[in-house]
Amino acid sequence: MSTVTAKKRSTKKSTPEFSKDTYLNWYEVMLRIRKFEEASLKAYSQQKIRGFLHVYIGQEAIAAGLVSALRKEDKIATAYRQHGIALSRGISSDKCMAELFGKVTGVVKGKGGSMHFSSKEHNYIGGNGIVGAQIPIGTGVALAEQYKGTDNLCVTMFGDGAARQGALHEAFNMAMTWKLPVLYICENNKYAMGTSVERTSNVEDIHKLGLGYDMPSEAVDGMSPESVHRALAKAAEHIRAGKGPYFLEIKTYRYRGHSVSDPGTYRTKDELNDYKDRDPIKETEEKIISEGIATQKEIDNIKEAIKAEIAAAVIFAENSDYPLGSELYDHNYVQKDYPFIMD
Amino acid sequence: MSRIITLRDALREAMSEEMRRDETVFLMGEEVAEYNGAYKVSKGMLDEFGPKRVIDTPIAELGFAGIGVGAAINGLRPIVEFMTWNFAVLAFDQIVNNAAKTLAQSAGEYKCPIVFRGPSGSAGQLAQQHSQTFESWMANVPGLKVISIIDPYDSKGLMKSAIRDDDPVCFMESEISYGIKGEVPEEEYLVPIGKAKVKREGTDVTLVSYNKMMLVAMSAAEELAKEGISAEVIDLRTIRPLDHETIVESVKKTNRLVVVDECWPFAGVSAEIAYEIQKYAFDYLDAPVTRVNSADTSLHYAPTFVEEFLPNPTKVIKAVKEVLYVGA
Repeated sequence: MSTVTAKKRSTKKSTPEFSKDTYLNWYEVMLRIRKFEEASLKAYSQQKIRGFLHVYIGQEAIAAGLVSALRKEDKIATAYRQHGIALSRGISSDKCMAELFGKVTGVVKGKGGSMHFSSKEHNYIGGNGIVGAQIPIGTGVALAEQYKGTDNLCVTMFGDGAARQGALHEAFNMAMTWKLPVLYICENNKYAMGTSVERTSNVEDIHKLGLGYDMPSEAVDGMSPESVHRALAKAAEHIRAGKGPYFLEIKTYRYRGHSVSDPGTYRTKDELNDYKDRDPIKETEEKIISEGIATQKEIDNIKEAIKAEIAAAVIFAENSDYPLGSELYDHNYVQKDYPFIMD
Repeated sequence: MSRIITLRDALREAMSEEMRRDETVFLMGEEVAEYNGAYKVSKGMLDEFGPKRVIDTPIAELGFAGIGVGAAINGLRPIVEFMTWNFAVLAFDQIVNNAAKTLAQSAGEYKCPIVFRGPSGSAGQLAQQHSQTFESWMANVPGLKVISIIDPYDSKGLMKSAIRDDDPVCFMESEISYGIKGEVPEEEYLVPIGKAKVKREGTDVTLVSYNKMMLVAMSAAEELAKEGISAEVIDLRTIRPLDHETIVESVKKTNRLVVVDECWPFAGVSAEIAYEIQKYAFDYLDAPVTRVNSADTSLHYAPTFVEEFLPNPTKVIKAVKEVLYVGA
């Protein structure tokens, strides 16, 4: 009995699984996303942001675990609920907010809006607005990594709705056949727009879809950065060893509706509150304090810094210019003198 | 030095030369490798380049087109073969929503240099689902370029240009043209995208066409010559961007235009050309622009339906005589 206790103590003392820096980074990444999204919702209500707006609130632990478990050289292709992933990748709050405002200082110069951030510098292939279209694309990005002989992988993310697209099955099949370095992540937030997972298929455990292709496939708790990190690190090691793709179904929850126009009447308050009780930001903060990983002062400093950063991002976006209408013709073709039909 | 080779061989030479020149070029599609290509266009390429660069795919057009798009975004230059463009319909999401939009969505950061190629149009008694002409569908989409060929020389030169192009290109061939022979230089050359070519000079009427309808237009021109009617025949070669200047220049000389187009009539290539000509050569026209298209129906199986459906020299000659106001 005493031996076991001693062993436990010594394990804990020697090397904690995650460092102080990791916890503080997770906290910062998640808080940045939460505050960014809250600010974007406010700006939307003020009609400063138009079009579609799908916020990431509730799913932040996935972005946090993703950034700590993977390398900067790894590529990421994802869906349209993507501000959080872009921010975690290191794209600045200024550039992301300006993009939502449709300003020329945005990450894609006002050409993409909420659904389509991308940045080559950050190896962020970006957000796709067609449900599931990024699944074969991310697979092709991975094919190019294999072709070039790197040990990078492509994280290909999609929601539970996209798991019902045929593109998933075609891509899974080829990725396994060719042992491509692709990490598939289904962010299962339980609802494809307003349709719950159990209403879309006989198979509610989405990770089981990978088993039909003999792909290593697991379910992961998506409300904790620790569990996300562990699962991703393990999957990434498998992929980098040349063993082919891996599929993680990360179970998460979005606190808000599908988009800003969705009041979310298809789910109960109790369900929402159950997830809010497990809020990853709140829980991480509690853990940091209760386990003495960092001080309240350090946490408060992060809160202040994020608050200032997001406020500055909104001002930056507001003060930036819209792109010129004449820039409509830029970036349709690489060919500079493409003869558009202008009449 | 030139030799006479088939269009099939010309396409293979183009792909092989570009693959030797550039390590990032690869070919993928159904039956392209071990089977040597459904129409033998890629015959021998697996032997030369190996399975890394000549990739057999399962029958999953949406999936492998998307994998091609992803590979192109990440620095490669894929050639994606569709056994026919009819099957590419399954991949339109990737061609239209993704390949064509990649550059725009990333404000120029990610380009998508990819060639989607395969036969378009009818090829005998193949019935409704295997007989459609896709040039006008794809040409409707900004972000794409569309090439449609009939001549071995042009096929090789344009395929090489398409592979080197940084924009996504839809390359339209025809099952019944792969055996067409023509003179092709041994030394390297390129044919520029976006340039039409006058294939036969004439003074009385301009015929504009592309792909295998060029054979119909050329045959009609020969028949008309016997009756003393001199037809100029233009091969568009590229559908998007359309070289309307070459057509306008010709119409300024002939004052009459007949478009021979295998696309359906509604919003087809012929409709776009008719618009351009009424806009830019209105004062030169001595008759309304006329067109000979496939019928505004699906193509059914029996030979009588095929005959009724497709443009042919008789229909073209009739149209020419209409614009010349001479009796049939």
